Amino acid sequence: MADSFAALIIVSTIASGIRLATPFLLASLGEALGQRSGVLNLGVDGVMLLGAFGAYYTVLQTNNPYYGLLIGITIGLILGVFYGFITLNLQAEQGVSGIGIYLFGLGMSDLLFQKFVGTPRPILPFMPLHFPVLSDLPVVGEMLFQHSIIVYIAFALVPVMSFVLNRTTYGLNVRAVGENPEAADSLGVSVMKTRYSAIIIGNGLAGLAGAALAIELGIFQQNLTNAMGFIAIALVYFGAWTPRGVMLGSFIFGLVQAIVLQCKTFGVIPRSASDLAAMAPAIITILALIVVAKRFKQPAALTKPYVRGG
Amino acid sequence: MNSNGLIALLMTGTNVKTNNIQSMIRLLIPLCAVLLALAIGAVMLLSLGANPVSGYATMFGAAFGSLEGFSETTIKSIPLLLVGVGICIAFRANVINIGGEGQMVIGALLSTTVALAFPDIPSLMLIPMVLLAGAMGGAAWGAIAGALKAWFNVSEILSTIMLNIVAVQFMNFLLRGPMMDPAEVARGTGIPQTMRLSPNADLPILIEGMRMHLGVVIALLVAIGAYFLLWRTSMGFRLRAVGYNPDASRYAGISVPKNVTAALAFSGAMAGIAGAILVFGSESHRMVTDGSSTGFTGSAGFNGIVVALLAGLHPLWSIPSALLFGGMLVGANALQRSAQVPSALIIALNGLIVVFVVSSEYFRQRMQPTIRVDLEEKTAEETGGQNG
Repeated sequence: MADSFAALIIVSTIASGIRLATPFLLASLGEALGQRSGVLNLGVDGVMLLGAFGAYYTVLQTNNPYYGLLIGITIGLILGVFYGFITLNLQAEQGVSGIGIYLFGLGMSDLLFQKFVGTPRPILPFMPLHFPVLSDLPVVGEMLFQHSIIVYIAFALVPVMSFVLNRTTYGLNVRAVGENPEAADSLGVSVMKTRYSAIIIGNGLAGLAGAALAIELGIFQQNLTNAMGFIAIALVYFGAWTPRGVMLGSFIFGLVQAIVLQCKTFGVIPRSASDLAAMAPAIITILALIVVAKRFKQPAALTKPYVRGG
Repeated sequence: MNSNGLIALLMTGTNVKTNNIQSMIRLLIPLCAVLLALAIGAVMLLSLGANPVSGYATMFGAAFGSLEGFSETTIKSIPLLLVGVGICIAFRANVINIGGEGQMVIGALLSTTVALAFPDIPSLMLIPMVLLAGAMGGAAWGAIAGALKAWFNVSEILSTIMLNIVAVQFMNFLLRGPMMDPAEVARGTGIPQTMRLSPNADLPILIEGMRMHLGVVIALLVAIGAYFLLWRTSMGFRLRAVGYNPDASRYAGISVPKNVTAALAFSGAMAGIAGAILVFGSESHRMVTDGSSTGFTGSAGFNGIVVALLAGLHPLWSIPSALLFGGMLVGANALQRSAQVPSALIIALNGLIVVFVVSSEYFRQRMQPTIRVDLEEKTAEETGGQNG
């Protein structure tokens, strides 16, 4: 009896870990693409916040979560164009300008929320998908086959991104402009266009991540992401710039969060101790950064603007 | 780490002898960035149904129009100035310190601990003690990131961001747990805040009937001190040298790891003092948070970056820059009351100002060579005239 209860808890914890990992995964896949092309985007959290508000407001108006996702992506894409313009055309320092984007997103999303919504109202969340047979399987069914569509989209993007980066000309171009833009340029690869596309797609994914978060939670509030976007950036380093590594990192993060939440609900640990446990992901990341910095090389041209003949 | 933009900013120091036109451009371009952001703000005000002219007039009036308003402005400016001055030091050593938020929190926690531990020490000793504790807490938190960069090659951008998250969670733990006001625990309301701290640690009010307190003087002294540190001491020279050209510094026998760590420690110390002042200069005289990542700091750790960038990474120019942004925060609150425009507008505008100032390096670099050519021609003409 006690055993089956424990098993139930473990299953539901893993299931919620997968759900919680989704926004991290989407955002860090996008960030990984941008960084592979040589551009660091510190503004992920701001893009996520704007995407989250856009999605929240859309669903509030239309009651259709899918429109919310579309709006989230669109906002991300637009901000991607903006970020591309300042970092590629104007060659702005990437670390600092990303913080600018973050502050803009933080303030703007709060401003729009207060002006157009005011008091938090819940929205229609995603319905979990139901697969015939699979969803009804014991254990595995609840763990893997009762999630909403965005979870599957996020995890499906991992092999897609791996394939694109490693097996397509576009992926080769992205890696080339991230490692050695001069050489890529001399071979006729447009550094500008390749980086623009990577940044725009990356920001689109950040916007989608924000939308997924808001719709999954069914709510928006000031600073909804609470620095999740910054963790997503660290996950890229954690995962050593590979989609699979990023996925592993996101899952670990999601799982740690789920365990902390679970402990809180069951009162296993007091509220204050769960705050202490919430420090774990960031500390793990710092330790991982030390290992990664030793073992893996970041894209050689990361944060370096490319000037032709310069 | 690309440092083109930062190097350009580095070169804007006062001790670099330059001609008037160039220094005018240095002043004008950041000002244009602010004006552009304010223009966008005006469009936003319009679309929110507020009159931008009267809106900005309300803001300016609230922030600078009266002694009370100015007093509020100075209070808001204190953390911005302190963090900004710290950023000046870090960025000049080519260290991108994004960790102001965490350094403020740790500084505040350590200073609060000191005040809780020694409530009966007289003011004259306790106030310096809590400020020192704040500086030490922030410095230690900054030095961790510095050491990680110097000896483990971990990007300080990432480590400071992570340390921000750790600091905030640690604060939440302490304020909801061991440090929580016993009265909150007894009532079971559970607001994450400490008890009323020792009155001996209250920062004295400067002007009767207003809130302006000793923190203003401390912030100004720190800014002046940072100026002397950077340009009048060998320590400051080493910091700037490491930022300007690490390779050359290494050949000259300057330890790059040590100075990178020192830059982050100095930078963190100033943010830590800001955190302490936020606690002991507050009206509640408690350390309070709301559990969110910006609940205690009010984003000052990030906004300080804006202050420093606009000041051209100069500690003394940071003073008017901090007053401007402090004034904008005060003005935004007034605007929220009078025109129902959420004060978050200012955070958004700050973000745009960061983006514009950083982007404006491009124009600065484009414009300088042409002017230099003009001047060279002129000198050539002059010398030619002399010869003939």
